[in-house]
Amino acid sequence: MKFGPFLLRRILLSIFVLFGISILIFVIARVVPGDPARMALGPRAPQEVVDRLRQEMYLDKSLPEQYYYWIKGVLTGDFGRSLFTKRAVIEDVKEYLPATMELALLAGILMVIFAIILGSLAARYRDTWVDTLIRTMAYFGVALPAFVVAVLFLLLFGYVWPILPALGRISVGVTPPPTITGMLTLDSLITGNFVAFWDSFKHLLLPGLALALGSIFQEARITRSSMVDNMHKDFLAAERGYGVPERTIMLKYLLKPSLIPTVSVMGLDFASLLGNAFLVELIFNWPGISRYGINAMLRKDLNAISAVIVVFGLVFVVVNIFVDIIVAYLDPRIRLGGVKGT
Amino acid sequence: MKMANNSNNSPVTLQVAQPPSVAARIKEGLRKNWYKFSRNKLSVIGLAIVVLVIILAIFAPWVTPYPEHAGAFVNFDNAGLSPSGTYLLGTDIFGRDILTRIIFSFRGALVMAIVVLGLAVPPGVILGLLAGYFKNTWIDTLTMRLTDVFLAMPPLILALAIASVLEPNLMNSMIAVTLMWWPWYTRLVYGMASSWRNEYFVIASELTGTSKFHILFREILPNCLSPVFTKMALDVGWVILIGASLSFVGLGEQPPTPALGQMVSDGAKYMPDLWWMTIFPALAIVLIILGFNLMGDGIRDMLETRMG
Repeated sequence: MKFGPFLLRRILLSIFVLFGISILIFVIARVVPGDPARMALGPRAPQEVVDRLRQEMYLDKSLPEQYYYWIKGVLTGDFGRSLFTKRAVIEDVKEYLPATMELALLAGILMVIFAIILGSLAARYRDTWVDTLIRTMAYFGVALPAFVVAVLFLLLFGYVWPILPALGRISVGVTPPPTITGMLTLDSLITGNFVAFWDSFKHLLLPGLALALGSIFQEARITRSSMVDNMHKDFLAAERGYGVPERTIMLKYLLKPSLIPTVSVMGLDFASLLGNAFLVELIFNWPGISRYGINAMLRKDLNAISAVIVVFGLVFVVVNIFVDIIVAYLDPRIRLGGVKGT
Repeated sequence: MKMANNSNNSPVTLQVAQPPSVAARIKEGLRKNWYKFSRNKLSVIGLAIVVLVIILAIFAPWVTPYPEHAGAFVNFDNAGLSPSGTYLLGTDIFGRDILTRIIFSFRGALVMAIVVLGLAVPPGVILGLLAGYFKNTWIDTLTMRLTDVFLAMPPLILALAIASVLEPNLMNSMIAVTLMWWPWYTRLVYGMASSWRNEYFVIASELTGTSKFHILFREILPNCLSPVFTKMALDVGWVILIGASLSFVGLGEQPPTPALGQMVSDGAKYMPDLWWMTIFPALAIVLIILGFNLMGDGIRDMLETRMG
């Protein structure tokens, strides 16, 4: 299968999966014990008001009909109103999503950079103390939940050794840049406000690192073992025979194919990264969609919960398509259609 | 696969060897497995941690210094004491011994792992088996597309969502995690079952009219079990981690019963002064997950080399 049809199939499958997620989250939101309309209005609201809201929310219709009205709204960006913020949920999503994207992007970038650097180091100096250190860190990294890292960071950098800001997105005295993308670092760069950039970047570091830390060492391990596996392949000997400089061989011919398993695992790790963001944003008081989501969950704000799940489903599906594209770029066997299917 | 091994091992000499007794064979098997498991010293350390945690959890009322502190005990005279000889890991704001509460919360963590894997693995495996054996039928399509949907969401997010619409308690957090866990086993077994179904021993059984039940559960399933057990061993740490995350946001075991995530989150409110309220439960989480992960690696070494 050529890459074009492969990508098309992949996207169609993703649309199907998103449709499935929407049914799943609809079911979850409807199995909730109690009457959603009553929950929205509180125990003291008069019965006729509750009944009117039930009608507005189509709760008097059958489940498939309810789903039809709900998904029709979702497709036009109408998730209903949040019980807690009293605003349209889509407005909340627009306001809070960029902060989480900014955080997840930085965490992703940290993950990629450190996984490659540490993995290459471990492969280059394998069976020395460097390798052992990274292996040990990998064992601890897997066992260290992101929320524990976040709490430890908060204790360490918030109180003991305050070299980095631990709470919020930007310092009180710094004027935030005008909203363009909603990502403070990017917006301040666009408007040339370097003070705001540096300040918001520093605020990003602790939560970003807390999210990435666990995966970094694991991915470094995967990069290392894949590089070590590839090190004695014939094609490298051939390149050496042609007199290609060692540096080029390492970076271009060894590292590139060795990153295929790393990138595949990163797709999975990004899932746990997005999940962990729910706790990490809460700890660092990061005003993102995950903190919004967890607060919605703790208050049983069903419209907001459904919206957050749909948004994360969408983000994760898009990330996975990107991962597939990167893997295809790294692996000519997929790109040029040497391997069949999926 | 097993048959092939046996025929290779049987001696071709005329000398008739006495078959070893059952007890001797079991002993030999154990010795071989232990050799494979213990080749990596880290696995042994992991096993030691796990055994210690299990023993502490079972005998918590007898081994902890202040068993009454595991519940709604209050003694404000001893509130917020730093670690000392009397309270090894200090006390919380109600004057309860942190060490006692950590050991008691191992119980919830272990119960969570046992219940979640016990409930999620059998249906996951059976669905994978059916979908793999009936590949390219509606059973395959339905099961695997459903699996795709579940696996397309970060597990923690969906578990949080499910737990949040239910009443917050340990039982419901276990239900939430279980609902997230089965698809991984379905996908794992699906891959294996769909390749085993083309093996000659399965085709031969089909030709002789063996029942589908026999083919699925007596011929294909046994060949899929090693990777399933390996995955279960490696998953225990994950389940405990997700459980701790749920309890951290208040969607797990409710106070006054202690849970590791809940203790970390309670303690975080009193940082940095009462740091021991946070740090020690956090270290306990790391220790228990580390133990299960290292042991899981050992079990993988043990089971995988046998396959190869």
